Amino acid sequence: MITGTPKPIEEVLEMLEPYSRVVVAGCFGCVTVCRVGGEKEVQVLSSALRLAREAKGNKLEIKEVCLERQCDPEYLDQLRPYVADYDAVLSIACGAGIQFVAEKYPTSPVLPGINTGFLGVAERQGEWSERCQGCGDCVLHLTGGICPVSRCAKSLFHGPCGGSAKGICEVAPDVPCGWQLIIDRLKALDQMDNYGKLIPYKGWSTSRDGGPRRIIREDMTL
Amino acid sequence: MKSGSNLEKVLNAGHFAVTAECGPPRGADADIVRQKAAYVKGNVDACNVTDNQTSVVRMSSLAGCLLVKESGTEPLIQMVVRDRNRIALQSDLLGAAAMGVRNLLCLSGDHQKFGDDPQAKNVFDIDSIQLIDMVRRMRDEGVFPSGKKLEGNPEFFIGCAVNPFADPYEIRVPRFRLKVQAGADFVQTQCIYNMDKFKQYMEDAKQEGLHEKCKILAGVTPLKSAGMAKFMKKFVAGMDIPDEVIKRIADEPKEKQAEKGIEMCVEQIQELKEIEGIAGVHVMAIEWEEKLEKIIGDAGLLPRPEVA
Amino acid sequence: MLQAFEGGADGVMVVGCLEGDCHYISGNLRAKARVARVAGILHDIGIGEERLRMYNLSAGEGAKFAAYANEFAAHIEQLGFSPINIARNPGLAPRQSPEDKEPQSDTEPESVLEEA
Repeated sequence: MITGTPKPIEEVLEMLEPYSRVVVAGCFGCVTVCRVGGEKEVQVLSSALRLAREAKGNKLEIKEVCLERQCDPEYLDQLRPYVADYDAVLSIACGAGIQFVAEKYPTSPVLPGINTGFLGVAERQGEWSERCQGCGDCVLHLTGGICPVSRCAKSLFHGPCGGSAKGICEVAPDVPCGWQLIIDRLKALDQMDNYGKLIPYKGWSTSRDGGPRRIIREDMTL
Repeated sequence: MKSGSNLEKVLNAGHFAVTAECGPPRGADADIVRQKAAYVKGNVDACNVTDNQTSVVRMSSLAGCLLVKESGTEPLIQMVVRDRNRIALQSDLLGAAAMGVRNLLCLSGDHQKFGDDPQAKNVFDIDSIQLIDMVRRMRDEGVFPSGKKLEGNPEFFIGCAVNPFADPYEIRVPRFRLKVQAGADFVQTQCIYNMDKFKQYMEDAKQEGLHEKCKILAGVTPLKSAGMAKFMKKFVAGMDIPDEVIKRIADEPKEKQAEKGIEMCVEQIQELKEIEGIAGVHVMAIEWEEKLEKIIGDAGLLPRPEVA
Repeated sequence: MLQAFEGGADGVMVVGCLEGDCHYISGNLRAKARVARVAGILHDIGIGEERLRMYNLSAGEGAKFAAYANEFAAHIEQLGFSPINIARNPGLAPRQSPEDKEPQSDTEPESVLEEA
């Protein structure tokens, strides 16, 4: 899922300074699963914002809403009946959703209530970690199902570097060395021969480096 | 002869080679490099100039190399893949070669979180092994990675680094093998304190014949004090300093520790000279370059040979 | 918890079972974590984390409950009205700091609240 962390409330309050009526919009997709932008989070955030603003003598009226997804135009239509009645939309969906709301309602200021993070997985309840960088050219079949681009801090293709110590990456004690993981997995799969090969230089043009990306499925576009 | 560099000639002639390292300054003061170069002159076959080591910004390796060259010592440029994409790497390689730099060390580079600019973007467009491959092709085939022809091949004696003390041990020799496959002509190891482990590494490397395909220069760093040893053991990743080594220097009174450190380093070089497969030594006397002459001299390695 | 403050509570007391004795195994531990999270929010928005507290006791400890309730009520009295209530009722006296607390008198604000 796409993960994120809440923006510090001081930052959000600063963004909302000019407004007295806002929509707080959550999303039932990824951000619900990682507990940062779902219905409950909309309620908690809205309550906190109302309290903060009322205590300062500058009441904030909030329309709380949670959309099925903010990345599909049909669901964004659900905002139409009232978005014009409010000064701004504070979205706590992922960056894609927030931008899509802004595109759909170009005359409403749309503000980000969270900092979108990474493509990741839930290792346990309350803990998510990064797995995929969306490089557009997946090599997981060569590395035992563990990604060298996202799980190695240096995106090495022939790791590990000299900074790997006891299976831990040099960047932080809670970051496993991606290449240690890959080697352990290749051994378990009896695929250590994969290690002896020189991997061709990565083509980054399929990732963000190539420019903003687009996918078109002709069989779906009528 | 791949590059015609002095280091290459010395090694090919069968001499025990000596290289050392200059860390460029944290500023634009060229005299600091000249000062260090003066300590190095006459004591080495080539001198490395580091590349923003530990991600701390310093004068560029290429600039440092030119100053070292001017002073009369053959330079060895270090290049990390952390800060430059393949375009910049190719360009810098051509520039270095054009300016007469003939030795190259290809490295990954420490993560930028260790430096003063942890917010910087890290590049890692290609890794160090792919860099070795790229340079080799430019040198031997005269082409860019795109396949287009070069107007003048960069003639480098290509080197890499290995760390026999990093984890996991079992991958260290296979990774060394990959570097040789990619085209490494020589290797400088991380500084050695644990001789037993290093000897084991050498045995494993020799099994694969890597010492014949690639010239191995063993890295040493003289200890200035017990404090330095303890610091490195605790804070430097990939460093293996056995307690007996620390004890040996710690047993000396503080004012005698530096002298002891040098003595231990000299002993170590002499021991390394006896190991089959070691083609030379790389003395990293960080911020202690003035001791190079003594260390290399006491180890019986002066004067340096002059090979035509 | 936040809704209670929005509703006009000057303090919110959360009660759960003794740790290790929860009928739902870890329900009281989750509650503890959530109380901590809301306390953080209350701190960040200037309402004050000290207005929220969790107590642990068993369902049979009636006297203890009364004691905790009295303790908490006294604590909130000392803190005074929440900034929300002050904003809604301009006539209320602001929060008294421990340094300048004066003895209670008949014209104390709490009687205003009781009438409301």
